[in-house]
Amino acid sequence: MSGAGLDPRTAPKFQVAARVLVGDSQMRKNVRHATKVIQTKRAKVVAEMPDWQKLREAGKAIRQHTMRHLDFYLEQFERNCTAAGGVVHWARNAEEARQIVIGLVKASGAMGESPTEVIKIKSMTTEEIQLNKALEEAGVHAYETDLAELIIQLGHDQPSHIVVPALHKNRAQIREIFMREMNLPNLGGTPQDLADAARRFLREKFLRVKTAVSGANFLVAETGSVCIVESEGNGRMCLTLPETLISVAGIDKVVPRYQDLEVLLQLLPRSATGERMNPYNSLWTGVDPAEKGGDGPRTFHVVLMDNARSEILADEEARQTLHCIRCGACQNACPVYQQTGGHAYGSVYAGPIGAILTPQLMEMHHAQSLPYASSLCGACYEVCPVKINIPEVLIHLRNKVVKQQSSGFHILANPEVMALKAVAQVFRSDKVFRVSQKLGRLAELPLSHKDGQGVGWIDWLPGMLGGWTQVRDLRVMPKQTFRQWFEEREKNKQGGK
Amino acid sequence: MRVSLFITCYNDTLFPETGQAVVKVLERLGHTVDFPSKQTCCGQMHWNTGYQEEALPLLPRFIEQFKDSEVVVCPSTSCIAMMKDHYPLMAERSKDEGLKKAVAEILPRVWEFSQFLTQKLGIEDVGAYFPHRVTYHASCHGLRSLQLGDGPQRLLRAVRGLELVELETLEQCCGFGGTFAIKNAEVSSAMLADKVRSVLNTRAEVVTGCDNSCLMHIGGSLHRQRTGVRPVHIAEILAGE
Repeated sequence: MSGAGLDPRTAPKFQVAARVLVGDSQMRKNVRHATKVIQTKRAKVVAEMPDWQKLREAGKAIRQHTMRHLDFYLEQFERNCTAAGGVVHWARNAEEARQIVIGLVKASGAMGESPTEVIKIKSMTTEEIQLNKALEEAGVHAYETDLAELIIQLGHDQPSHIVVPALHKNRAQIREIFMREMNLPNLGGTPQDLADAARRFLREKFLRVKTAVSGANFLVAETGSVCIVESEGNGRMCLTLPETLISVAGIDKVVPRYQDLEVLLQLLPRSATGERMNPYNSLWTGVDPAEKGGDGPRTFHVVLMDNARSEILADEEARQTLHCIRCGACQNACPVYQQTGGHAYGSVYAGPIGAILTPQLMEMHHAQSLPYASSLCGACYEVCPVKINIPEVLIHLRNKVVKQQSSGFHILANPEVMALKAVAQVFRSDKVFRVSQKLGRLAELPLSHKDGQGVGWIDWLPGMLGGWTQVRDLRVMPKQTFRQWFEEREKNKQGGK
Repeated sequence: MRVSLFITCYNDTLFPETGQAVVKVLERLGHTVDFPSKQTCCGQMHWNTGYQEEALPLLPRFIEQFKDSEVVVCPSTSCIAMMKDHYPLMAERSKDEGLKKAVAEILPRVWEFSQFLTQKLGIEDVGAYFPHRVTYHASCHGLRSLQLGDGPQRLLRAVRGLELVELETLEQCCGFGGTFAIKNAEVSSAMLADKVRSVLNTRAEVVTGCDNSCLMHIGGSLHRQRTGVRPVHIAEILAGE
């Protein structure tokens, strides 16, 4: 993948992107290996929890309750964050959020000086709105400080996973990127060598750059606090060293009480990285007044962004999408994601959660193929820490796609819609069904040939059905259907009496 | 017990031998079997592909055919999962109080074939003989929606002459997923390649399961590669003697 942003408006359909990516054997090996390692770690730390299922229920209940009263909790958060010295901004969409952040960065310089650099903590929300590109265009360079995000940035690549954005790269590939981009021709290849290189590269930025941009894992309404969890300590540096901190959060990130974190901070790390607790858990409330010691940033902003979340909330059957706490467990568990990696989804949100979130962020028009990027196997639902029934939402979204595709003249351009509607008519009558069974047997006759056992097989099918015969044979229909056999048997029984 | 058979549209058309085996096993166990003749399809293909409106009329048809049945047995995990997972919602959407009540009444009497044997009848040994090396694929709907657990394996272990070999990545989807196999043929094929590799690693002659749709998918590749490994529905193994 090139450095062009993952944008559902311009990305190819999932099927098209996937066709290319399943041929990338190195990527597939990397993704398979990484997802397996994380899944194994997760399974171990989940199995040691006697109350895991109850925790999932509690997590779901917290998220459900929050979404039901989202307006109330957002306003409560605003009041409490403001009272603690933070400044809260509201953004209706991505463009508003970008402009707010750019304005805040520009205003953050000392003595009227406009900064040209910011340091960043890994944040999917800022990836969602392609903030780095907008900052760059405004003359501000953003340094990603999370190791994986740094690899992505230096490699002119795109994130392929919510939690582990560079999961599709292996150590040898990362070494090559560092050697080239950091100008280190003699860089060693051990994890220690690579971590040291990243540390040296980043440490100087932490000390120099005075403005930081972050996302947020949770916003606590009752206290106005913001919570970020991370593994490397880069986040802690960004949250404490700069003069100005700007945190961008989707409005879905709020939780009612401090106590709710007790549940969510058990569910999140175990599901995300297979750890009992994240190495760094940062929680802060506004700014620390100068008279009390003045630790941390002097100015703190929170940008609360809607960007289609209100519309998702209004859809009763899809609203559980907003319960997501971005752990990525569904991606690791997904057999489709394991084959294609994240880039096939054409969005920073890949895997099962991306397949339901992206189309809704885009009002479906730019992502009609994503709800179909699943075999509905249910592995995602099984591991989701807040019990989002992803298969159910996928099916709901498929219905919306079909409605879009069968409106007006669209239907004529779509043989699939026509075919499935015709088959539906067949099932509405057992008489028509019987006739169709006979017709089917006639239709397949010219395509079938017998194997050594005398059984007819089809190894080529026309049109879209050809997807089946690419790698699979299909046995022809037996001469007698089950119902014919059963009816004949009943008749013989009666005759025999 | 009087068992009404919901055979499903694709078993009726493509795999009649599975239905015949179900009849044989149930009759061997002393039950009588009937086949309501106007049954067609549970609606799964349409519902799961996004054609909800097209699937809706199939629900009252199902109820009409089976409302008086003592128990309904079906040799397909995904069709049963369709009913258990989605019929209540379909009935809710129809706003038809009678239909809602009928769905609530009938669902507890609807059984997937292997679950009917192990849970409703409490049987593991059905008196079968099948002298082959067999591996079992747990279809996703059976595994996650119906929670079949090791029920099918317990039935298989009780079959005389049968050597059961465990499939690695038992819980991994085979990549069928209904229209997914057509719409996302490449990804489906990649998933299938993994599953077939696991099957071949077991050195089994037969791969079995409780759902012919997965078996048709896996078997289609096994045949294309001329592996000589056969897909056989669990009912056909249990009917062996």
